[in-house]
Amino acid sequence: MSVMATSRPAPGRGIPAGEPGLPRLLPPAAQQTAADPRRSLDFAAHLARHGLPTFRGTSLIEQTGAAGLTGRGGAAFPMATKLAAVAGAGRPAIVVGNAAEGEPASSKDAALLWFAPHLVLDGLQAAAEAVGARTAYLCLHAARQTGTDLAAHIRMALADRYAAGTDRTSVALVEAPPRFLAGEETALVALINGAAARPRDKTRRVSERGVEGRPTLVQNVETLANLALIARHGAAWFRSVGTADEPGSMLCTVRDHNGRVRIVETVLGTPLHRLVWLGDDVQALLVGGYHGGWLAASVARQLSLSNADLRPAGAMIGAGVLIALPAAYCGLAETARIARSLALESAGQCGPCFNGLPAIAAALAAVAEPRPAEQELANLARWAGLVAGRGACHHPDGTVRFVASALQVFGPEITEHSRGRCTATRSDQFLPLPAAGLSESDWR
Amino acid sequence: MTSSTALWYASRATGVVALVLLTVVVVLGIMVSRRGRLPGLPKFATTSLHRSMSLLAVAFIAIHVVTAIADPYVTIGIAAAVIPFASPYKPLWLGLGAISFDMIVALIATSLARARIGRGTWRAVHWLAYACWPVAVLHGFGSSTDLRTGWLLIVTICCCAAVLAAVCWRIGTAIAAPGRALRAARALTAAELSSTGLGSAGREAADQWPDSRYRSSDHRLTGAGAR
Amino acid sequence: MPAQTARLRVNPIACSGHGVCAELLPELITLDEWGYPVLADGTVPLWLMREARRAVTDCPALALTLTSIPAVPGGRSGLSELRENTEEAQRPGRAAAGTLGT
Repeated sequence: MSVMATSRPAPGRGIPAGEPGLPRLLPPAAQQTAADPRRSLDFAAHLARHGLPTFRGTSLIEQTGAAGLTGRGGAAFPMATKLAAVAGAGRPAIVVGNAAEGEPASSKDAALLWFAPHLVLDGLQAAAEAVGARTAYLCLHAARQTGTDLAAHIRMALADRYAAGTDRTSVALVEAPPRFLAGEETALVALINGAAARPRDKTRRVSERGVEGRPTLVQNVETLANLALIARHGAAWFRSVGTADEPGSMLCTVRDHNGRVRIVETVLGTPLHRLVWLGDDVQALLVGGYHGGWLAASVARQLSLSNADLRPAGAMIGAGVLIALPAAYCGLAETARIARSLALESAGQCGPCFNGLPAIAAALAAVAEPRPAEQELANLARWAGLVAGRGACHHPDGTVRFVASALQVFGPEITEHSRGRCTATRSDQFLPLPAAGLSESDWR
Repeated sequence: MTSSTALWYASRATGVVALVLLTVVVVLGIMVSRRGRLPGLPKFATTSLHRSMSLLAVAFIAIHVVTAIADPYVTIGIAAAVIPFASPYKPLWLGLGAISFDMIVALIATSLARARIGRGTWRAVHWLAYACWPVAVLHGFGSSTDLRTGWLLIVTICCCAAVLAAVCWRIGTAIAAPGRALRAARALTAAELSSTGLGSAGREAADQWPDSRYRSSDHRLTGAGAR
Repeated sequence: MPAQTARLRVNPIACSGHGVCAELLPELITLDEWGYPVLADGTVPLWLMREARRAVTDCPALALTLTSIPAVPGGRSGLSELRENTEEAQRPGRAAAGTLGT
């Protein structure tokens, strides 16, 4: 796999021997420094490394279908189906590249935009040509990584491409608010249409009526980058890594037990213990971010990065976030604080969500304290069944999945708490917390 | 009594009844939007009554308009029923009536076709109700001296008071209700307050356990977190 | 005309918890502790279709809808299969919720 440390750029140091076929999206290991933006912006070098596309339009959609490329933004929806739906609408379409990660623990999309902007923009152009779009939008957060102005970086890349005359579709940058739900498909479309970035009802499909009422393709930027590579190398190449059911590579944001964050490009099916240290000082692994699921370290050591392994265990790949929780922390307290933040990230539109998630968060806070909490646990079981599936988006479902997995994996800790004890030795916060948006302007 | 007088009385009487019915409809409509409940009746009665009263009001308004036009004593003309200020007799006051009538037709038509035109359009047109009622009152006040004297004046004042009270209630609850950005925060404060009722007793118990590594003050989860 | 079954659906954004639907169709709709409707799974039985249509018309927020399902099996369009695939792929929440508890 190819490993890149974002907090300490150190090319060539501590990077394990590369796997065949990697890195695909990220630049070669020797060039992974944040300090030299000109390298990633070099259009000529990009073309020299990747070549020119051979598959376009309908043939590209066929290749994508044969390749089995699924969305890398969390939903894992087959891209070919989406492309066909938007292309088949018969009207001029719009393509939206989604780098509004929302998840505070995920920074892979920002890293991809920094290190391989031309690959993402190639993907945007390829998708636009395939669905018949003349306008494209790229949505990203403003200055999310400390000191990184992604928008300026992308604008420089766009300027180079404009000078070279390669792009047929115009690309506009859109700044998304730092809300957890801002990257949701219908929320992003609403934002581009000028409204608040809140999810909308699913009956109005964005593939039929989205931005400006036109058929819209919303795709994660990592998926678009993979599309750009399939346009060059074809389906068989894409399938040459990964598993038969889950082919291809994936960017993961890995936070190890020391709190260090790395962006790792790996193949699907890689054993988890090769991606993150799962020694005795790690008690649990969070897979899939704050809408994902906890795995006990003993379980995680046996599993690999594939939904076939993870779903039966109550987790999923999601947006590729892996966080190793050290044994010194209380898993229940960590989950309770995140649940509280997730409740505050509710869009406030659906009653079961903006009532149910706060109730769950308050009950979980009581469970996280070192005292008996049978009533709260009974309430949590009831609310979990009551809240999931009754919102317009999957925020309540994902939060319930996250909380339910915590109560299962940290079950022994719950028993300890009911006896008035907590096994943790640290009481500060390990998992990154989203900052709440408590005014209407925070949603635009 | 001549037929003209009968028609004239019929027009005035149905006009007064229509005004009272419209007042009831507006107050019920505000109650529906604020989820108010009529005492002793189930919730669906509020919305059901609002709908049936509005149809009844339309019936009375129809008779009111027809008898007024048919009355030979004053020339009003059929067009004046829907075209504002087209009547030769008291064009201003009857014009207001025509405006109010047009708005009521729009409200009823959109409400009957609600499922077909969609929520957004229906809501936008329904805001006209707040304009339609005062215009109807002004029409009643100016068209004849009925509403300005005697017990009908008292009726009119009561109607105005009822609508004013309902509108003030509507505005008050709208100001007090949290916007979408704050709904979850409000629910969270309420949930945390109700759980500390249990929590404080539990925390005292935990303080007494010798093995408790944390005293309650260390383990309290407050604030938005470490970020 | 062949008998058609239908499925109830609540638009969760439009719904503001009036509770009229639960009064008119208590066999299929109950209210949760916050006043929002919980729909029974499955299709509307034919003997309740009239009450269901009334509940849909009377909802003050126009949040309740009835979608007809053709009585012929396999009569679904490709697009509705797309919809269901999306929902299936993104909703293990229910299954996970079932494993909750000590």
